[in-house]
Amino acid sequence: MPDAIRMTFNVDGDDFAAAGTASSEVKRALKQLGMPPELVKRAAICMYEGEINMVIHADGGVASVAIRPGSVEIELRDRGPGIPDLELAMQEGYSTASEQARNLGFGAGMGLPNMKRYADELKIDTKIGVGTTVTMVLRDRTR
Amino acid sequence: MRIREIQKLIDARLLCGEHLLDEEIHNVCGSDLMSDVLAFSNGQMLITGLVNPQVIRTAEMVDIRCIVFARDKTPDAGMIELAREKDMAVMTCRGSMFDVCGVLYQHGLRGEE
Ligand SMILES: Nc1ncnc2c1ncn2[C@@H]1O[C@H](COP(=O)(O)OP(=O)(O)OP(=O)(O)O)[C@@H](O)[C@H]1O
Ligand SMILES: [Mg+2]
Repeated sequence: MPDAIRMTFNVDGDDFAAAGTASSEVKRALKQLGMPPELVKRAAICMYEGEINMVIHADGGVASVAIRPGSVEIELRDRGPGIPDLELAMQEGYSTASEQARNLGFGAGMGLPNMKRYADELKIDTKIGVGTTVTMVLRDRTR
Repeated sequence: MRIREIQKLIDARLLCGEHLLDEEIHNVCGSDLMSDVLAFSNGQMLITGLVNPQVIRTAEMVDIRCIVFARDKTPDAGMIELAREKDMAVMTCRGSMFDVCGVLYQHGLRGEE
């Protein structure tokens, strides 16, 4: 099996207009590599939700992606405020998003539940005052 | 229904994506809530009243081919450029989201299955 293709991005926390650029590049790479469309779409949604979260809740961070035949692993690491109650944060509808984020169409408290639904594995390591690392694995469900 | 016919039905102005006018639309999503679009959309068209670059990004992630901005909302040049880059058609029309959805529903288009 060939080694993973790796991509790393710095996600800027101050530039809301640019949020999603990393997800967009990953989506394009997955398509070019001929990954199945259903996997490409799920991976794009998961990464984009995570990337937006890093921008609106944690002032940016680093996104690392490893692409292997039949799977994609996405890690989103930030040094934001951390998530005090993860169980609560995972609930649909729970959101601490700012007025600004809400005006832009976010803050419905659906991002984390979406990620859970679309990823095959979701792991969240978070510590208050230190940061949050979200790791997702998505596999080709057609294989 | 082809994008061309939809444009006529709702009397929309095309801002980019002329070459996509013959693409078929089967399912449509109407929302101002981007997480909602990300959670549920499996359509090819998005109708929205929200205007910012994340609308284009969100549409890109869920494979939407055409965005309709209701109530004459008009995206700026940067957004149109982004949509062009992502090979999407963008239109703006006078009607409200309710009206646009109503007209398209009446002509046989449906929401998410
Ligand atoms: N990277 C993060 N750093 C700090 N807090 C976070 C992070 N990601 C999520 N959270 C917290 O978890 C809550 C729920 O996140 P989730 O993505 O489900 O909803 P949201 O971002 O508020 O709204 P939506 O995703 O619907 O736009 C957030 O409101 C925030 O309080
Ligand atoms: Mg979110």
